[in-house]
Amino acid sequence: MRSVKPSPTQEKPWLHALLIVIAIGYLALVLLIPAANVLFQAFHKGVLPFLENLLEPDFLHAVWLTFALALVVVPLNTVFGLCAAWAIARHRFPGRTLLLSMIDLPFSISPVVAGLMLVLVYGRNGWFGGWLQALDIRVIFSFPGMVLATAFVSLPFVAREVIPVLEEIGTEQEEAAKTLGANEWQTFWRVTLPNIRWGLLYGVLLTNARVMGEFGAVAVVSGNVAGLTQTLPLFVEDAYKNYNTESAYAAAVILGLLALVTLVVKEILERKTGIKPNA
Amino acid sequence: MITTNPIPAAFSPKKQRWQFPWVWRITVFYLLVMLAVPIAALFSRASSAGPLHFWQVATRAIALSAYEVTFVTALVAALINGVFGTLIAWVLVRYSFPGKRFFDAVVDLPFALPTAVAGLTLATVYSENGWIGSLVAPFGIRIAFTRWGVAVAMLFISLPFVIRTVQPVLTEMEKDVEEAAWSLGATHAQTFWRVILPPLMPAILTGVALGFSRAVGEFGSVVIISSNTPFRDLIASVLVFQSLEQYDYEAATIIGTVMLLVSLAILFLINLLQAWGRRYAER
Repeated sequence: MRSVKPSPTQEKPWLHALLIVIAIGYLALVLLIPAANVLFQAFHKGVLPFLENLLEPDFLHAVWLTFALALVVVPLNTVFGLCAAWAIARHRFPGRTLLLSMIDLPFSISPVVAGLMLVLVYGRNGWFGGWLQALDIRVIFSFPGMVLATAFVSLPFVAREVIPVLEEIGTEQEEAAKTLGANEWQTFWRVTLPNIRWGLLYGVLLTNARVMGEFGAVAVVSGNVAGLTQTLPLFVEDAYKNYNTESAYAAAVILGLLALVTLVVKEILERKTGIKPNA
Repeated sequence: MITTNPIPAAFSPKKQRWQFPWVWRITVFYLLVMLAVPIAALFSRASSAGPLHFWQVATRAIALSAYEVTFVTALVAALINGVFGTLIAWVLVRYSFPGKRFFDAVVDLPFALPTAVAGLTLATVYSENGWIGSLVAPFGIRIAFTRWGVAVAMLFISLPFVIRTVQPVLTEMEKDVEEAAWSLGATHAQTFWRVILPPLMPAILTGVALGFSRAVGEFGSVVIISSNTPFRDLIASVLVFQSLEQYDYEAATIIGTVMLLVSLAILFLINLLQAWGRRYAER
């Protein structure tokens, strides 16, 4: 290539360098320095005080509750997400776009408003309040309410990730299986599921991260009682507001590890599928 | 169509529509219980106040200032991320430098990191004796526990949206068009404004709208980094939360309804922007 002007593809190197420095500088200011600060604050007095913070009974209960929530909500939203994805990707019907937008709705509703809506349905003065009280079932300020709140905010992830994969693989293999005599269940289990497994895992991963990290919706419906209805994110805020900064940071490191694992598994899944997040 | 083989019964068009009836039942039932019933409850409770009373509560001075703090700060944060997000996406797609993969992966951190942790660490880093806050404190600038802090939290949680919507469009964009512009004598600035930016615009705006929507609804990180003082740095979500804590269900419901309506409007806007982007891509 010989042109009169210097070839623009090799544009000025100082411009490259400048843009890279601005990009990394911005990422550092907003993301990296705060992330590094979590580790620094948790360990700057040494490893032993850090470990001591992890043995507090309220902290252990919060860990247990966070895992219990994920154990209930993640399978629930996975089953729903698969059903919704199948219904939307494999069928054309009036109102299909509307249904798709409806599934996205929890992403745009403030978590506090989501919690408020649950209080208005299941709270003492809510729609089903009297009825639930007669049956002696507590939803708000107890575990079932927290399940509903986290299920609400993490509802779209699985469907969101599986729909594009289902649309991309098409129906040919499934139809072939059916002509060979497979029933619906066999077709799903042996043909569809293996095809969508990476997209599905990706959705499950995002669901899990959101469930374990949810703060606003759970704060409204749980009542936030230490050692009773306090999840890890609530524990972090509570400890911080009570000037118990050390245990706040100890818990934050545990949640930060969750984020780290999520990012690493995400990276692996992205290399397997070539999909990029869009949520 | 296969004509020689008899079509299996399960394949006849009439039955195919309902081959998984329980799939539909689960989907519809779940959406009803999780979405429709709660939203209906919110609207019905809000409408029981009557339009005049609703308007009075929704436009109280404290509520108006909370909307202003929420929407203006979220918009500014989303626009700043629109500029820097586009730049970061450009750098990540077009240039190679050491640690590129790491920076690319780290962009998703706000999706993975629980908001309470984000709020906690941002409040520490940007407080008067924090790593970054102490650098600007001598100039009389306080970030944590002011409206600037709210902006920082919103910048953090809305950062990935623009980058992740612009990246795929940039990757697909052919470099030939730029080179053609150059060989025709266009300067760098002309190429950027006339050739590169227009096809990116739908993606940038979609990312800004997604980030704005997330920033408007954000609670966990903002509640920690803000001092939650009315008329100064109190956001709408926190106002709803405080009203609930004081058992003022009516105010919580009415302000919550206003926020829900705004979210629906943003969702509608995002759908329009995405449709525009698809049309652009097909051309």
